[in-house]
Amino acid sequence: MTEYKLTTPISEEDVRKIRVGDILYITGRVYSARDAGHRRALELLNSGKPLPVDFRNMVVYHVGPVVKKVGDEWEIVSAGPTTSARLEMYEAEFIEKTGVRVIIGKGGMGKKTAEACKKFGAVYAIFTGGAGALAAKAIEKVEGVKWLDLGIPEALWILKVKDFGPLTVTIDSAGRNFYEEMKEKVNENLKEAYSIIGL
Amino acid sequence: MITENELKESITKLVSATAIYLPEDVKKALNDAYERETNPVAKSVLKSIIDNIRVAEEGKKPLCQDTGTVIFYIEAGEKFPLLGKLPRILREATIKATEITPLRPNAVDIVTGKNSGNNTGEYIPWIEWDIVPDSDSATITVVLKGGGSESPSLAKTIPPGLGIKGVLKTAIDVIFEAGAKPCPPVVVGVGMGPAADIAMKLAKKALLRPIGSRHRREEIAELEEKLLKAINALGWGPHGVGGLTTALDVHIEAAHRHPAALSLGVATMCWACRRASLRVTDTGVEFLTHPFLGGE
Repeated sequence: MTEYKLTTPISEEDVRKIRVGDILYITGRVYSARDAGHRRALELLNSGKPLPVDFRNMVVYHVGPVVKKVGDEWEIVSAGPTTSARLEMYEAEFIEKTGVRVIIGKGGMGKKTAEACKKFGAVYAIFTGGAGALAAKAIEKVEGVKWLDLGIPEALWILKVKDFGPLTVTIDSAGRNFYEEMKEKVNENLKEAYSIIGL
Repeated sequence: MITENELKESITKLVSATAIYLPEDVKKALNDAYERETNPVAKSVLKSIIDNIRVAEEGKKPLCQDTGTVIFYIEAGEKFPLLGKLPRILREATIKATEITPLRPNAVDIVTGKNSGNNTGEYIPWIEWDIVPDSDSATITVVLKGGGSESPSLAKTIPPGLGIKGVLKTAIDVIFEAGAKPCPPVVVGVGMGPAADIAMKLAKKALLRPIGSRHRREEIAELEEKLLKAINALGWGPHGVGGLTTALDVHIEAAHRHPAALSLGVATMCWACRRASLRVTDTGVEFLTHPFLGGE
């Protein structure tokens, strides 16, 4: 297990050194994207239109924050990760077409995302789900917001972060997917669980 | 007697506090899980959960960014003077709490996808009613139900021949499939009855019971113990990293069933099991789960 302090932008070479179980702390700029954000980004890219931000060598965070507007400035109140499994239907294509390097969420992602991480050089890392107050402490500033018409949770937030972590890597670019491995282990425990209820 | 405005203020305070402060029984269960845990990664996940609870309390900020769908459970006396005004009071309190806390706006139009911006909309906040005979007081409970922990929820009807074991097996399968997605350690509610909607409502209502409490019927209390043990034997652990505590507790509620149907509901609640209650009587408001609100 290695601990990495990464500053955005992050090169493919650096990302390819990271392995499942490693801990990341990220400083720099992080973009939020949830279901509607991924969908819109792919629609724009597939019709040849530019995105309002460049995800290449950057970090995407699966989050729909609680925000407060103070004067003209947005303030992040609470911002833990959302369940990444919902983004499985978009993420492989998103990685391929944007060149994003680090994906942050919770709960793990599936085979297609893991394959894309391997092929295009990206990693998926988790922050403790529900720990929204803790995550907000690492966010120094909201640098901007795009696509507010999608609603506050789904908008694309541009966040300045300092030592955002600990993030535990659960998919690396070498083809490992921690949660898939974990599910195999849990599968072996199913029999015992059934026997406790008399089956 | 309390006025409509005073009650609205108290409920606003209650909803807001629900997003920030977990009930004592949930905090204790999480601390106990931390003390018990032997897997170092799981222990560090539990530590960040406990740290997060503290940071939220100190900063008076929502502990999770998903401040949920607002659901009210009302036990109202038949003679409670503000009975008919409650739907409006609850709606207005939800809007006010969204603004002052702030809560994340989580009410989205089914067709257009437009967010209402204030956590109210068609049928939302959702309200469940129980009328209590011969009473003039009311107990109001709010639950903030996160979206991620809703995804594994399931209601189905199985052949009665599969029996209660069939119900418990389904609950185990739900937690097995859910993995890390609903933010374990979860609280699991299981409902049983003659129809899928009844079973699901009971499953949800089961989540209101304090952690560690057992069903009044001994046979069902034993089922709760067994199912809790079985779910924790799966070994998903906190956030699915492996470990001793996949569920903090299991609660079961059951209605009499139809001879030809055994329906079941499984409801999962994330570790941020946010619920709070107050009681209104002719002498005033008592905050049952968050007594410190009475002094604010």
